[in-house]
Amino acid sequence: MFGKLSWDAIPTTEPIVMYTLAIVGLMGVALVGSITWKRKWGYLWREWFTSVDHKKIGCMYIIVALVMLLRGFSDAIMMRTQQAMAASGGPGYLPPEHYDQIFTAHGVIMIFFMAMPFVVGLMNIVVPLQIGARDVAYPFLNALSFWLFVVGAALVNISLGVGEFARTGWVAYPPLSELGYSPGVGVDYYIWSLQISGIGTLLTGVNFFVTILKMRTEGMTLFKMPVFTWNALCTSVLILAAFPILTATLLMLTLDRYLGMHFFTNEAGGNPMMYVNLIWAWGHPEVYILILPAFGVFSEIAATFSSKRLFGYVSLVWATIAITVLSFIVWLHHFFTMGAGGNVNAFFGIMTMIIAVPTGVKIFTWLFTMYRGRVRFETPMLWTLGFIVTFSIGGMTGVLLAVPGADFLLHNSLFLIAHFHNVIIGGAVFGYMAGLTYWFPKAFGFRLNDKLGRIAFWCWLVGFYFAFMPSYVLGFMGMTRRLNHFDNPEWRPWLLLELVGVAIILCGVAAQALQLFVSIRNRHQYRDLTGDPWDGRTLEWATASPPPLYNFAEQPKVNDLDAYWGMKERGVSTLSHTDYRSIHMPRNTASGLVISLFALVCSFALVWHIWWMAAFGLVASVVAFVVRSYDEDTDYFVPAQEVARIETARLKDLAEA
Amino acid sequence: MSNIVMEKDIAHTHEQGHEDAGSLSLFGFWIYLMTDCILFATLFAGYAVLRDSVAGGPSSMDIFELPYVLAETMLLLLSSITYGYAMLAMNHGKQRDVLRWLGLTFVLGAGFIAMEINEFHHLIAEGYGPDRSAFLTAFFTLVGTHGAHVLTGLIWMAVLMVQVKQRGLTSTNATRLSCLSLFWHFLDVVWICVFTVVYLLGVV
Repeated sequence: MFGKLSWDAIPTTEPIVMYTLAIVGLMGVALVGSITWKRKWGYLWREWFTSVDHKKIGCMYIIVALVMLLRGFSDAIMMRTQQAMAASGGPGYLPPEHYDQIFTAHGVIMIFFMAMPFVVGLMNIVVPLQIGARDVAYPFLNALSFWLFVVGAALVNISLGVGEFARTGWVAYPPLSELGYSPGVGVDYYIWSLQISGIGTLLTGVNFFVTILKMRTEGMTLFKMPVFTWNALCTSVLILAAFPILTATLLMLTLDRYLGMHFFTNEAGGNPMMYVNLIWAWGHPEVYILILPAFGVFSEIAATFSSKRLFGYVSLVWATIAITVLSFIVWLHHFFTMGAGGNVNAFFGIMTMIIAVPTGVKIFTWLFTMYRGRVRFETPMLWTLGFIVTFSIGGMTGVLLAVPGADFLLHNSLFLIAHFHNVIIGGAVFGYMAGLTYWFPKAFGFRLNDKLGRIAFWCWLVGFYFAFMPSYVLGFMGMTRRLNHFDNPEWRPWLLLELVGVAIILCGVAAQALQLFVSIRNRHQYRDLTGDPWDGRTLEWATASPPPLYNFAEQPKVNDLDAYWGMKERGVSTLSHTDYRSIHMPRNTASGLVISLFALVCSFALVWHIWWMAAFGLVASVVAFVVRSYDEDTDYFVPAQEVARIETARLKDLAEA
Repeated sequence: MSNIVMEKDIAHTHEQGHEDAGSLSLFGFWIYLMTDCILFATLFAGYAVLRDSVAGGPSSMDIFELPYVLAETMLLLLSSITYGYAMLAMNHGKQRDVLRWLGLTFVLGAGFIAMEINEFHHLIAEGYGPDRSAFLTAFFTLVGTHGAHVLTGLIWMAVLMVQVKQRGLTSTNATRLSCLSLFWHFLDVVWICVFTVVYLLGVV
């Protein structure tokens, strides 16, 4: 009746998991209780859960990303603590089977359920505003993407309490991830959480590709697009070209595990090395999906806070396009040691080094943007400076790893771990934090507390160096990744130093949590009535903060590269004072949520082999989709009077500011 | 307020990028199909890698019956033609003809699926199921994924036929028919690749 699911699936013998569950459960009850107490369910349902507004969907993406950041970071703390404790030959406090799940979950969560939603969330909030559009091309699809992503995140979290997660590492190489070596449900949770959220990401890629190509306001040619939008466009292309490979690869692994097929098995002619190729053919572009939007954020911030046009806009755009193309022909550098032969390794080594060239172009672009500019050292700018230094170091160790000969020594060691954390934290995460601080006032109408933001930045920066520079050393000393316990006294001081780094980053995360709390509590004090708190250059700053649901009462006409800056210089007002027209907008719908809910039922049932429930979930989600197709009342007009009322209120605010 | 509001005069038509909703949907669907194309490319690559890994089981020489597959192919190609006629009828606004041609397309597509299921059943009954060897794994997955797409197209077609019957050739339905048309012809193109790479090259 319930497949493999029984009461034994709940890990009652693991005190750490049970305590975590108890705490999460208490927090959940407190959250649900307080929402019920304040009677906010109706509001949440009408204004958020069923919303198709790109700004709200973007905010929800980032909220989930921050929650998952906490979970992924908790995993990191546990791993580092274990390694510091077990460095003197003791067993530590995490048994290997639990430790293996933790490092897998850490990787999966940080990439798929922290970084990806952060990227997509920022794109959602910013891109339509930057191109002067009213919404994305397919608002309903956007909501569906979000909820499918939530299904994936939910599955990962369910695996904490019901069953187990994969013990395979975050790319789940076979044959380890095959049924013979991983008979539990962990890999199945892995497969379905990635598959479902991956489909959501693919739809997002379609949505933003079309939005950027087709929905730009009058006068905004491709080479007048803000750089963040350019990066979002390239990211969408990468998603479109890379995610189908992930879908197909996961499908193959699924068939191996569920129907006894032989794509990647050791027996019957299966080829595990094909999986390694396929997963990285997706995986390497994925890295650029994470970093390109961050590059876009830094470009916007560097120009804004230097009060200067971006240096070398055109070369920056072409560098981005070059990276987009090159990212598809470097995947083999993830497994030089697999034995593809000298010539193949040489080709991919050289391509990998070449990709550093456009990246270097970008670094110089930002440097020259600041050069002789009036640099304002606001928090987003601090993140940018921290990024330039940190990312350059990570980039250089990357070029070192690109030499196949060196890679044979450093492969799978902590040197590699240090390298990719160096570029992902120092590049992507710093970018997301900068973007969060920069666009927060746009999304919510008030700034974040500045002092706590600065404290958070310094803790992250210093903590990062303490936590990962020792890993380079440990890599050279021969320490491999994913070790549970070991007996080498020489490693111990470095591992303790890393633990100190983790503690400093923890202070940074705590400062950020406090910053959110303080800023929301004192939001009236931090209120920004102008809609343009940073003296911005691009169109998102031309409208109110938070923007009205239709973004622009009249879509702006664009003449310059930095459209809003040009308007300010020429004294052109972006406000039309009379003659408002009714505006065509999409209607809210619960369909995305409902379809995804059935997808959750289906995928959970598939994990546990509850076939009737899986069939029910699948059929129900198809039916829900068909029902949606019958609904032709999907849009409406915001009456001109309503637009006039909103815009008059905005004018009043501006007069006060 | 001195605003003159006419319901037709909306701030949407000319400002939203000069595109009406229908052509925007069609463009987006086309982009989606390109991603589907990459999905198939991946499966083709998998097949190319594994086609000689027969693990002591049958090879492509032993199991393919070209005349049977040719009949299958003809059904699918014919269904593309009949779908084309459905689109022509749609452009002329002839609802009854649209439904007739769609019905014929549906029958041909269903025939294709039936023949494929029969082929699979036949192979599995002989002990050449997808768990026999890596070659058969890749074969069943590639052909089966195409079949699953055709099946999805058939379900979509059935729903659309009901909707056209209920609501007529509205602009929404016209857009959906155009999207399904793209999908259906796309599956034809993929099948031609399958026929060539898997079946024809499999027996030479």
